[in-house]
Amino acid sequence: MTTDSHARVSDLALAASIGGMMGGMRVALMVTCVNDAMFPDTGRAVVDLLTRLGVDVEFPQAQTCCGQPMVNTGYLDEAVPVVRTFVSAFEGYDAVVTPSGSCAGSARHQHRLVAERAGDAGLVDAVSELGPKVHELSEFLVDVLGVTDVGAYFPHRVTYHPTCHSLRLLGVGERPRRLLEAVRGLTLVDLPGAEECCGFGGTFAMKNADVSVAMGADKARHVRETDAEVLVAGDNSCLMHVGGVLSRQRSGVRVMHLAEILASTEGAA
Amino acid sequence: MSAPTTATFVGMPTFPVAAREALADTQLRHNLAHATHTIRDKRAKVVGEVPEWEELRQAGADLKDAALLRLDVHLTRLEESLTARGAVVHWARDAAEACRIVADVAKAHDADEVVKVKSMVTQEIGLNEALAAEGVAAWETDLAELIVQLGDDLPSHILVPAIHRNRAEIREIFRTRMAASGRPAPDDLTDDPGELANAARLHLREKFLRARLGVSGANFAVAETGTLVVVESEGNGRMCLTLPEVLVSVVGIEKVVPTWADLDVFLRLLPRSSTGERMNPYTSMWHGVTPGDGPQEMHVVLLDNGRTRALADRVGRQALRCIRCSACLNVCPVYERVGGHAYGSVYPGPIGAILNPLLHGVGDDAQIDSLPYASTLCGACYDVCPVKIDIPSVLVDLRAQVVDAHRAQRPPKARPKMEAAAMRSAAWMFGDARRLARAERASGLVGRVWSRLGRTSLPGGRRAVGRLPGPGAAWTSARDIPAPPRESFRAWWRRTHR
Repeated sequence: MTTDSHARVSDLALAASIGGMMGGMRVALMVTCVNDAMFPDTGRAVVDLLTRLGVDVEFPQAQTCCGQPMVNTGYLDEAVPVVRTFVSAFEGYDAVVTPSGSCAGSARHQHRLVAERAGDAGLVDAVSELGPKVHELSEFLVDVLGVTDVGAYFPHRVTYHPTCHSLRLLGVGERPRRLLEAVRGLTLVDLPGAEECCGFGGTFAMKNADVSVAMGADKARHVRETDAEVLVAGDNSCLMHVGGVLSRQRSGVRVMHLAEILASTEGAA
Repeated sequence: MSAPTTATFVGMPTFPVAAREALADTQLRHNLAHATHTIRDKRAKVVGEVPEWEELRQAGADLKDAALLRLDVHLTRLEESLTARGAVVHWARDAAEACRIVADVAKAHDADEVVKVKSMVTQEIGLNEALAAEGVAAWETDLAELIVQLGDDLPSHILVPAIHRNRAEIREIFRTRMAASGRPAPDDLTDDPGELANAARLHLREKFLRARLGVSGANFAVAETGTLVVVESEGNGRMCLTLPEVLVSVVGIEKVVPTWADLDVFLRLLPRSSTGERMNPYTSMWHGVTPGDGPQEMHVVLLDNGRTRALADRVGRQALRCIRCSACLNVCPVYERVGGHAYGSVYPGPIGAILNPLLHGVGDDAQIDSLPYASTLCGACYDVCPVKIDIPSVLVDLRAQVVDAHRAQRPPKARPKMEAAAMRSAAWMFGDARRLARAERASGLVGRVWSRLGRTSLPGGRRAVGRLPGPGAAWTSARDIPAPPRESFRAWWRRTHR
């Protein structure tokens, strides 16, 4: 009990200090289209978590999608209106936080391509300014807020899959692991072959469904080898794929977004 | 400019179709998983020993870019240096011209057979088949290429073209096929690797001693000195380069490096990336004809075959930096599962997925158009590439070129109309949040109905959709998918935040 009350006091102190540090900083949540339409609990978890940490996060309602599905399938013209919508939704914010390494990567590395395709110098400038302000959740927590212990409690055996775009495109490194290691009650077990792609790959999962499933099956096998109850990652699209395989196999292994674990507290867990 | 002959094999199915076939081959899956992981681990270990690896990679990329930027100057210089040292230089725009030149040299010497150093470029131009049509037998002397050739097979890897074969299969190929082209395999041949190698050695030795014409490629061509370089492991290359009276080397124009000193960087990058060795066993370097030593007549065929097309591609030209190490194949999760044949080309894997479309162009061949999509864009290939080719970015750019090519063709030829329509409607929906919100309300309705009617749940309790009809079956044939939630995030936010 003493540890709990101690934790709660320190949470409050942390929240107060972050709240003070943030000052007048305007933080927007970019929830992503996949989370908005399919995984609203992840978006809610980000809001709960950031609120608990003293960040007054806003949800710009004009937001839709980052345009990655179009860009990665080769439909650059179709991505132009989507990127314009993205810019008008998030322009003016000091930081944009998103529970997706892949969508953060799209905003930082692909929007310029699309803006150049549109031949719109104003759009090129806008995306160049906005891109660096987009942070994947673990980056935002560790780099912007400077926290690794977010006061979470999750008494389960968990294994972590570092999704490709978080790992290689953004280079989030050990940040998600450090956040997970600080969660009370959580047992983190290493995932064999962790850095190998799960096989989702956006429209690859449909256009090359057979290869995608073959890769997903190997990833699922590695997950089962860990005896974990929960597979956690920073991207719900990858989890939808591996989780789909794990579910079809009746493995009993649940998939959860990192945000949902970090949002879990003793009262709620 | 004549159209380049494609490096892809004629009549190959598109990647998804060929991949499906390959995935069902248990022996292939086992061989590939074992072989790629072994080489991958070896590479990681020896690369880890070099503290300045990242600087080396950057130097390799910079050197190649600089060379490609002044290709006209360096190639002219190379021609001068080679000619001054007694070699005859030929220029070939495409595969047909290059094959013609080699065949003419063979005929001029009444040669009915040639011995070959392992070379990607001669595979690319289909030299063996072209020579066979002229009555000249081209003998592969690299062990793996020998296995592929004797087995009447296709190569499936840049470095280890017989990676899809195991030793039992190799024994069978040697026993049944060796006799037709020379010394037969011993009757009591087992599948012991030492015995297999010895059988190949005895078989090849006769070919080396007999042949009067050697054919090679080159890993590098030094403009300043007129030096050609071949990097190999088995010593068969050294035999082909020194024993015959006449040597013909076919060299892609992107192989030129300006100076001798440039080799320093590449000879450090290549073996560690390729075989996972600190240094390869044989590095042969030769500069034209040396009287009384080695071949007394030398020809060098400088080949375009689509390389100038690739060079004109603003994003894709970086692919011409490639030094054919195959590190990208070994680390690729797609290649690991389907092998090289599924790519339908002598250049498989991630580099093949960009090189083939770049050399040939997109929009007129469904097989080539399918290659840029043969990747999850996981980026592992970029991380290991010794000359920092950003393969994922090139893939994305090529996908746009494929879509654009079909956009320009009316009516759309090979592109599935459904995908284009889906992308257009997604663009419309994502162009305005109100439209997206309406779509989410509709899916929320589905979610509410499904939460009552659905029978299966995902681990954790959420309702699942078991099987979808139509295009959705591509997902649900092997994967469950969560039912849509009753309420989107957007709707929740609006309900709870004023």
